Amino acid sequence: MLRAVSASALAAVAVGGAIGASARYGLTVALPSEPGSFDLATFTANTAGGLLIGALMIAITEVAPGTRLVRPFLGVGVLGGFTTFSTYIVDIGRAADAGATFLAVAYAFATMAAALLAAAIGMVATRRLVVRRRRGDETA
Amino acid sequence: MTLLLVAAGAAFGAPARFLTDLVVAHYAGRHLPWGTLAVNVFGSGLAVFLAVALASPGWTALLVTGFCGGLTTYSTLSYETLRLVEDGRWKHALANVAANLAGGLAAGLIGFALAHLITG
Repeated sequence: MLRAVSASALAAVAVGGAIGASARYGLTVALPSEPGSFDLATFTANTAGGLLIGALMIAITEVAPGTRLVRPFLGVGVLGGFTTFSTYIVDIGRAADAGATFLAVAYAFATMAAALLAAAIGMVATRRLVVRRRRGDETA
Repeated sequence: MTLLLVAAGAAFGAPARFLTDLVVAHYAGRHLPWGTLAVNVFGSGLAVFLAVALASPGWTALLVTGFCGGLTTYSTLSYETLRLVEDGRWKHALANVAANLAGGLAAGLIGFALAHLITG
């Protein structure tokens, strides 16, 4: 099953992942947080990544598929590398370990809610934009 | 320097996620997003283990922020959950979110315990 994986797709995922993770690291430098406090950088990366994956997936599944490497590079690579589930869990664990139970629970649910809402907005907004543009094409 | 270590770690973590998803989907199908659950649970446990066990900031950047950060994903989790919602599969969507969160936390606890067992 893995013989079907092309080297170019794998390379696109690797390069995209490196770019996305670098951007995530940049966010942690720009928005530093003490261990055991609300990790705004990771929260922002996971929320923005949700918005962008929603827009991207609608764009390539319902608008135009683009080239073969768009999804591996942008979706699996860049956005997958930009967002992180492991740091989210480490953050929750650190807060709980520091005795900040409320923060741990609030951060866990705030991230989950914001990321899902952002992804939904990304999907709906992209669909609306495309429908409007197509209507515009028809009347032109 | 830290940036390069993070990028290098993710250059392995992201393809590992890509390949794991393909292998898991081959055996478990794509009715439910098992591949993302697998990398998120395993990656969370590994990240907590390494975050506790590693003392060097360089290794932490390479393996925790880079590799585990690239291995796990929140964007795909969000998208796959919303796909389930769009298909009217609310229970599966809720179960997917709950399984990732509970599985990630349980794996994190195991990683935490193992790291303390090893480091004393």
